[in-house]
Amino acid sequence: MNRRKFLNGYLPAGVMIPSFVNGMGFKAFESGHTFLNNMLLPGGDNDRVFVVIQLNGGNDGLNTVIPLDQFSKYQNARKNIFIEESKVLRLNGVDNVGLHPAMTGMQQLYNDGKLHVVQSVGYPQPNFSHFRATDIWMSASDSRQVLNTGWLGRFLDEMYPGFPIGYPNSNMTDPLAIQIGSVTSLTLQGAAQPLGMSISNPNSFYSFVNNQIDPAPNSYAGKELNYIREMSKQTQKFGEVIKTANGKVTTQSPYPTSNSLADQLKIVARLIKGGLKTKIYMVNYGGFDTHANQTVVADTSIGSHATLLGNVSNAIKAFMDDLKFQGIEERVVGMTYSEFGRRVLSNGSNGTDHGAAAPLFVFGAMVQAGVSGTNPILPMNPTVGDNVPYQYDFRSVYASILSNWLCVNDTTLNNVMLKNFQKLPLTKLGTCSILNPVGNPDQLIVAYPNPFHKKVTIQFKSAGGHTMIQVMDSSGRLVKILIDANFEAGTFRVDFDGEHLPAGLYYIRLQNQVIQQVKSVIKI
Amino acid sequence: MSTERKFQAPPSLAPYVGPWDKEVVKHLLRRTMFGAKKDDILYFTGLGLNGSIDQLLDTSLPMPAPPVKEYAVGNALMPDTLIGPGETWVNDPNNDGTIASYRRSSFKKWWVGNLINQDRTVREKMCIFWHNHFSTESNDVSNGQYVYKHHNLIRSSALGNIKSLTRAMSIDPAMLVYLNGQNNNKAVPDENYSREIQELFVIGKGPNADFSESDVKEAAKLLTGWRINATKIEAFFDSNRHDTTNKQFSSFYGNKVIAGRTGATAGDLELTDLINMLFANDEAALFLCRKLYIWFIYYKITPEVEAGVIAPLAKLLRDSNYEVKPVLKALLSSDHFYDMMNRGCQIKSPVDMMIGLLREFEVKFPAPDMYTTSYGVWNQMLSYFTNLQQNLGDPPDVSGWKAYYQQPGFYEYWVNSDTLPKRIQYLEALVTSGYTVSGFKVVVDGVNYVRKMPAPRDPNKLIDELADHVLGINISAQHKAQLKRDILLSGQSDDLYWATAWDLYISTPSNAANTKYVTTAITNLIKYMVGLPEYQLC
Repeated sequence: MNRRKFLNGYLPAGVMIPSFVNGMGFKAFESGHTFLNNMLLPGGDNDRVFVVIQLNGGNDGLNTVIPLDQFSKYQNARKNIFIEESKVLRLNGVDNVGLHPAMTGMQQLYNDGKLHVVQSVGYPQPNFSHFRATDIWMSASDSRQVLNTGWLGRFLDEMYPGFPIGYPNSNMTDPLAIQIGSVTSLTLQGAAQPLGMSISNPNSFYSFVNNQIDPAPNSYAGKELNYIREMSKQTQKFGEVIKTANGKVTTQSPYPTSNSLADQLKIVARLIKGGLKTKIYMVNYGGFDTHANQTVVADTSIGSHATLLGNVSNAIKAFMDDLKFQGIEERVVGMTYSEFGRRVLSNGSNGTDHGAAAPLFVFGAMVQAGVSGTNPILPMNPTVGDNVPYQYDFRSVYASILSNWLCVNDTTLNNVMLKNFQKLPLTKLGTCSILNPVGNPDQLIVAYPNPFHKKVTIQFKSAGGHTMIQVMDSSGRLVKILIDANFEAGTFRVDFDGEHLPAGLYYIRLQNQVIQQVKSVIKI
Repeated sequence: MSTERKFQAPPSLAPYVGPWDKEVVKHLLRRTMFGAKKDDILYFTGLGLNGSIDQLLDTSLPMPAPPVKEYAVGNALMPDTLIGPGETWVNDPNNDGTIASYRRSSFKKWWVGNLINQDRTVREKMCIFWHNHFSTESNDVSNGQYVYKHHNLIRSSALGNIKSLTRAMSIDPAMLVYLNGQNNNKAVPDENYSREIQELFVIGKGPNADFSESDVKEAAKLLTGWRINATKIEAFFDSNRHDTTNKQFSSFYGNKVIAGRTGATAGDLELTDLINMLFANDEAALFLCRKLYIWFIYYKITPEVEAGVIAPLAKLLRDSNYEVKPVLKALLSSDHFYDMMNRGCQIKSPVDMMIGLLREFEVKFPAPDMYTTSYGVWNQMLSYFTNLQQNLGDPPDVSGWKAYYQQPGFYEYWVNSDTLPKRIQYLEALVTSGYTVSGFKVVVDGVNYVRKMPAPRDPNKLIDELADHVLGINISAQHKAQLKRDILLSGQSDDLYWATAWDLYISTPSNAANTKYVTTAITNLIKYMVGLPEYQLC
């Protein structure tokens, strides 16, 4: 047994790490590159599974997670499509956030302690193009950076180096990742090739004729020939494995019908229960590009967006019920995401145009239920360009999952995420043994004068460690990074010269380790 | 292990001067049509390079007759009873949802018919090129007449002027529905079309395509006021819904201000200004030329290709006032197009693969007057396409199919562990059992195909001829020898075994046992050949 088998993912919840490793302070573990952390090699030896649900088209976050503490501003911005306050679904112990009325399943999950809402997830310089924004999310790149590998592709490359040469082997007998459907996703693109297997029917695999293999020419044609051959080899190799796993499960708890997301998740539950060691499953569900008629005029709680959200919510709830029924709910964490949210102001077509940050959901029995972050600050008189600024970088969510659910070490994490991102307490303490949860902190940013004309002074509290202060405009674009350095704990001040800026709403964002806050200021 | 892949000559638009033989013609036809039919290979070999390109770019050939009513009206509330069976519905306004769905389906089947019966031009390839470029989903558009009109615009401009096509597209009813242009009004502008015309249709997302969010907003204002007359199936301009303010564009467009206009002509005038502004930007021609390159050659645009091929091609496009034909002529006549490096390197799209098979093996279809049977057999092809992720008429979204834009795999996105088995199953099904609609069987007649070969009784030549004809990359002599032994000679080693069987088949087809042997052997050989990864390439 190697060290990682010994440590990785099998620490019972509640074991105190500091006592485990003699005399080392807790803080050292958080900062990474430590003795213990580096023993937690890529999570290949645990039986954790991560399910990604892509909501294609750009889900309207403001009508999904509704800001009850600013209801009149929300109503004002969404005159033709706002959800009536009385219909918003409430969450136990939360008074400022509610869910779309169609999401009763997700409400139940929250109240059962199995759902985490991360508010305003996005990134600096949001891109409003479907395909570019999708690529950014899938590759985990910066806004202007083009990466040709996917974030989970890089993760799998780290975990299973050299794939597919030498696979299946004793470490991995099964596909590394499975995408339900007939498409190939950039998310699973590794450095050399796609690392996911696409399936639409786990029960039917075609047996390829065992063709004689002539050497491929050294040309583009040869490159493509090798690609097709490799794909056929893998399909052959893993097809049987999938079929066998699929056949092992004969009973499942009920799933909704006429719900393609539920159909996909049903297959996922079966394959996990059937014994596949596959770590990643990807499913997708489309139709969220609600430029027009996202609600019915007479009743804004129904309509196309309500149908979409209802299907998502029912599918996830049924999936969770099934995982419990199968006795595997503690092995699975899932996440939803969409390439962007939508504009604060609704348009004249009873719809919403492409926007920036939006909430996302993390679900599972091992999730720490809760709401990360605050509601976006809605403007009093919204204009067409107003966007929800991001509070959390989407890559923080990825990094948190990799680090705290799949238990990869910091070196690997850095190779996958390419940068250091803050980690959030999304999963239960002790799942990988590291994370220090933080309660909701006090007001950490004070800005004065506000409104300002030329200069605004920002006073902020840092708990020590890496601290960043960013300024963003009302459409979410990064205007300036004021601070990006390591600090001692304490209260600090920095001035921001905004004389050259157009008048309007700006956001100051503080990020300090796992904490971030956003404060609005007005330039006059 | 592999050395660097190299072009034979530095990429440029220098014309091809090498031999004009079957090999180059096959390459040209596979890229510009769907599969290379033997008659076509012969025909184009005789034309020479210039003659071939002129033929492929000939726009004087007649347009196909429009789709017809081949559906029963069923439970439609407002059936189109004035249109008789077999008559076209394209001029008959009807807003019934059920009828609309029948008509969309009629249109899509008709499109398959055009693909199968294509003439010797690049038109069908270009129709799908533009369909992918100005991507719309017929399901979203809904109204069958809009869908047909949109398609007809593409079809009639297949080799036309990209600037005027873009202008027409901006007020095309189907596009006004698909990207919400019909809802775009001054009170609350809808940015959907104004973003995509820049990002996906004209300027693109190249490294220097740096239009701003404010350009999207300004163009949205400019495009306010267009609506659709559902009876005439055309756009009209409602000046009350139009934003009459000046539109200020960013430095990317030279800080251009397009003057806001008032009155009935405002929409037209401002649209013309917008189109002129967009095409005045160098990125417009570069963007289109890169897309054509990816469509006709390969997806990897190296810096040498960008400098040697894309840039001069873009200049040619600008110099010819955005006429597409001269650009295609230069590209398809270039030495670079025929470079060995660029041959056989495209993974066939589902449509290319399926239609290519039907054409290569000259599969028979019902006579033109059997329109219900024809539409029925065409319909089966649509479901093949859809299962293989190319739902013709309904691309996945406004970006078109991933195979033409998604880094890093491009065409490779057609092929994954789900679609590859299906691809081969469908090909094999057409070779072996085929499918039957209204008593008409669609299947490859392998024996008839082989019979037309110059030397079918020689198993070596038979296999050579077949492999040469259909494979994107040829297989080795050793591989062919194995096929001969295993399939044609049934494990024997003497070629005479096949020659005898073939001769007997020709002289005495009534010899059931021998005929069965010959037929099965040929079917198995073709099935094997189209099941090879090499068949996936063109």
